[in-house]
Formats: sequence, C-alpha cells, structure tokens
Amino acid sequence: MFDQISLLLNDYTFQIVALGTGFLGLLSGVVGTYATLRKESLLGDALSHAALPGIGIGFILIQRKELSVLLLGALVSGLIATVIIQTMSKKTVVKLDSALSLILSSFFGLGLVILTSIQNNPNAQQAGLSNFIFGQASAMLLSDVQLIGVVGVVLLALVGLFWKEFKVFTFDPMFGQTLGFSGKIIESLMSTMIVVTIILGLESVGVILISALLIGPSVAARQWTDRLSIVIVLAAVVGFVSGVTGTFISSMGARIPTGPSIVVVVSSFVFFSLFFSPKRGIIAKHYAYKKRQKVFMKHIQSLEE
Amino acid sequence: MSMIFEITLVAIVVAVACALPGVFLVLRGTTMVSDAITHTVLLGIVLAFFITQDLNSPLLMIGATLVGVATVWAIEALQQTKLLSNDAAIGIVFPLFFSLAIILITRFAGNVHLDEDAVLMGELAFSPFRRFLFLGMDLGPRALWTMLVILFINSLFILLFYKELKITTFDAGFAAALGFSPVLIHYGLMTIVSLTAVGAYDSVGSILVVGFMVGPPLAAYLLTNKLHVMIALTVLMAFINSIIGVQLAFYFDTTIAGMIAVVTGITTLVIFVVSPKKGLIKASVNRRKEQKKMDDRLKQISKV
Repeated sequence: MFDQISLLLNDYTFQIVALGTGFLGLLSGVVGTYATLRKESLLGDALSHAALPGIGIGFILIQRKELSVLLLGALVSGLIATVIIQTMSKKTVVKLDSALSLILSSFFGLGLVILTSIQNNPNAQQAGLSNFIFGQASAMLLSDVQLIGVVGVVLLALVGLFWKEFKVFTFDPMFGQTLGFSGKIIESLMSTMIVVTIILGLESVGVILISALLIGPSVAARQWTDRLSIVIVLAAVVGFVSGVTGTFISSMGARIPTGPSIVVVVSSFVFFSLFFSPKRGIIAKHYAYKKRQKVFMKHIQSLEE
Repeated sequence: MSMIFEITLVAIVVAVACALPGVFLVLRGTTMVSDAITHTVLLGIVLAFFITQDLNSPLLMIGATLVGVATVWAIEALQQTKLLSNDAAIGIVFPLFFSLAIILITRFAGNVHLDEDAVLMGELAFSPFRRFLFLGMDLGPRALWTMLVILFINSLFILLFYKELKITTFDAGFAAALGFSPVLIHYGLMTIVSLTAVGAYDSVGSILVVGFMVGPPLAAYLLTNKLHVMIALTVLMAFINSIIGVQLAFYFDTTIAGMIAVVTGITTLVIFVVSPKKGLIKASVNRRKEQKKMDDRLKQISKV
C-alpha cells in the first residue's frame, strides 16, 4: 500500500495531471468566488455546455486536434452564449434561469450535431473529440499544464490589478457606477474570466462537471470567513487540494474517472464546511438555538416564581 | 409505418410531453432545477439497475423518478440553511449526484449496455428498432408507448390541478391562505418533471430534455399573457420544432435530438427578438419612445 503510494507520487504522468488539475482547481476557486457572490453560479454551467459547438467548428476549420484552436473556438462560442444570455435576461421579461437553460441545451445540441457530422466523415484525427464532454485528465500533457499555468497567471494578475473594482461590482454595482467605473467593462471582464477558466478545464474535467469546480470551493470557503480576501485565498486552497486529491484517488483505484472524483472531493469540502463551520455552520447554529431556548425557558421560570 | 414517420411521431410525443410541465417551470422560474433533475435521474437509473439487473424494468423508472424528487428535496434543504445562494445550491447538488452515477457506471457496469454517452445524448434514430410487442403483435416503437403514457399522465395532472397550479404559480401566499398547499403542488409538478426526464432519456438524452422543457414554453410566454393560450402555443411550438428538427437531421445525417434542440433554440430566439408584445425590438422601441417623451417634456419645461 505504502509502496504503491510512493510509486504513484513519483510517477511522471501523475505529477503532470495532479499539477494541472490542482492549478485548475485553484484558478476556478478564485474566479468562481466572484461568480458565486454575484449569484451567477449557474452561468458557468450554461457556458461550459455552450463551448461545445466552438470546439467542433474549430476542428472543422483546421481538420486537426490542435488544442489552442479548439479552445479558441470554445472561447468564441462561450462569449456568444454569454451575450445572448445577458441580453435575454437584462433587456426583456425573460428570467435568467430560462435564458440559461435554453442556451445551455440548444448550444449543446448544436455541439452534438457538429460532432456527429464530424464522426460521420472519415478522418482518423477526430477520435477523442467527445472526450471534451466528460473530460479526460489522464490525457493531459506538459504543454497543457503550461497553458493552464500561463493563462492562470494572467487571470490572477487581473484579479490583483482590478481588486477594488471587482469588489465594488460584486457587492454593490450601483455604487460602483456612481464612483465612475464603467460597469460594462468590469462586468464583461468578469464574465470573460469565467469563460476562460471553464475552457481551460474542459479537456480535463469536462463540460458537465466544470461548474462544480467553480461553485464548490467558494461556497466552502465562504462558510469560514466574511472577508473577501480570505474567502478567495481559502477557495484557491480548497480548489487546489481538491484537484490534487481527486486525481490521487482516481489514480489509486481501478477505473475511477478523474473529473467525478474531483467533484466528490470538492463536495466533501462543501458539506464539511456547511456542517462544521464554527460561526455559521448547521451544528453551531443548532447549539446556539438550543442555548437560547434554555436561557429563555429559565427566564420564564424565574418570572413564574 | 415508414421509419421516418415513426421517428417523427416519437419526436412529437416526446416534445409535447416535455413541454407541458415546462410551462409551469418557466412561469415559476425553476427551469434550472429541472436541469439538475435531468442529470441526477442517471443516479437513480444506475442504482435501480444494480437492484433489478434489467434495463427495461418499470422499477427502473420508479427508482429514477424518486431520485429526481430527492434531488429537489436536497436542493431545497440546502437553500433553507441560507448558507449559500439558491443557484449555488443547485450547482452543488447535481454535479455530486451525477459524479456518483458516473463513478458507479465506470466501476461496476462496464460490460453492461449502460454507458454515460447513451444516457446523456440518447438517440431518436434508434427508437424504431426497439419494438413494443403485445401478445405477439407489433404495436410500434416502445419509446412511443412509454412517452404516450407519460404525456397522458402530464396532461391529466395539468387538467386536474389546473386551478391549483395556476394559483400557486402566480401567488403562492394567496393560495396557501385559500387552503391549497403550494408545497404539495410543487412536489407534484417536480415528480412529473422527473418522470418525464426518465422517460425521455433514452430517446433524447438528459441534457437536451431541458431544452425540450424550456424552449417551447418560453416562446409561448413571449407571445401571450394568458395561461391557457400559453399552453396551446407551447404544444404548437413543440410540434413545429420536432417536425422541422427531424427533417433537418435526416437531411444533414446527424443526431435527431440535437437537431431538434438547435431548431428549438433558433425558433425561440427569433420569437424573442420579434415578439410583438414582449420581444427585444418592441422593448427597445418602447425605451426610445420613453426617452423621446422625456426629452420633449424637458424641452417644454426649459421653455417655460
């Protein structure tokens, strides 16, 4: 058992994949915090599905599985979906969740239509395109990890650079506008960052589960503190640890897929935090309630006497 | 019956069966809960499959429907803690259930015909191959009969509880004051959503079911303010989308359910832009008018 673990930890593939998913978890923890606090958590779910047609079109254009082109296609279709969703929910009576579900499924449908047509054409290059739906972390290469690293550093630098602006627009967009910041620019920057993070995760975690990675770490982190800076740091740590641990579990057991394994780890963090957080947690609240009840009953008894 | 006719028939029945409960999902703003349900019924299907070892068992449907309802319950329990926002609760619950299902499938059911691709995407084109045989008679595709039964249940639910659904959707507080139970109606609705998702998964796949549920009612919602007109328009839209979708899918030789989802997206977006009552163009024209009125008023004031 022990030998097996040390063997695994020294394994090159494992190191690459764990580093990649860990860094991905860190990034989505940071970016996801803003999405969750802005109550736009499900935007990530819709956008990850909406990226699929872009991947298909990217492949048709160059007839090769060149990751950068596929991801660029995913970026374009994700951004188009964002614009449609925002227009629908902000300009007319359509509710945000209706817009999300419509765009999610029709873009995903388009993605399937395009992927099926590609599969019907004889081109050996297309094998593995459908991996984007479920993700395949074990296929990660050093170059993929480098891509995640470079883009990740840029995203983190943006968070640092626009720290104040992001904070204002997360908690009080009206106030932000009265201060003279352009809401449109800041908000589109925030949604672009979400789309980019999702796209980085498509290959390893897949379309369906990447949204859990955006929401989970920040919800877990939020339970322990009220300060934005600490929430973000904690979310980054939870995301990183989940990515590495999930990869570890999936490499240890036979036939445990990496994406779902990471999601289960993230969810454990979430439920642990919801129950055991000392201030807000379910158990702490329950005891506080019992205590108040006792004090109140004592009061009543002393009044009766 | 020719194959394309049978497929079109199945597509229409699936589309209408999905769109009917969708009307109330759109009006209540809980369509993403249905997205969660369509993912988590997979866990129910897997669990029930381990018990029955038979993909055609009716127990499978019941088990999966129950897991769908359990999903709604879990989401609401999380929301009631007030520790996380409503949509984050949805985004926590369904990936977890879904992940558990995928892990179970890859670990234990590897050599059975139950792979995640089939459940997620479904394929209408295969529906004519799975026949419904009764006393040796061939009564058409099995999916057609399954979905007809579900369509019947959905219509019956809406007919019987029309008043209750209407009143709990538009004014839950008033409904409770009158003695209707909004919770009971809510769970009733979620049960039929769940049942529909389970029934539709092998012809449409779980992700596209959401589009079938949301698209037609959303288009209808943009066209009218009357509930009964909205239901009629919803059925009409479901009809049109599936007929066009099947034709296009055959023309381009591609996935039928995917193509219907695309057509649904396009028709709904077109109606979103041009709808005479609540469309995008109308909204921007209205805004211009208001602006002009305001400008005129300001000019008048400045003249005085």
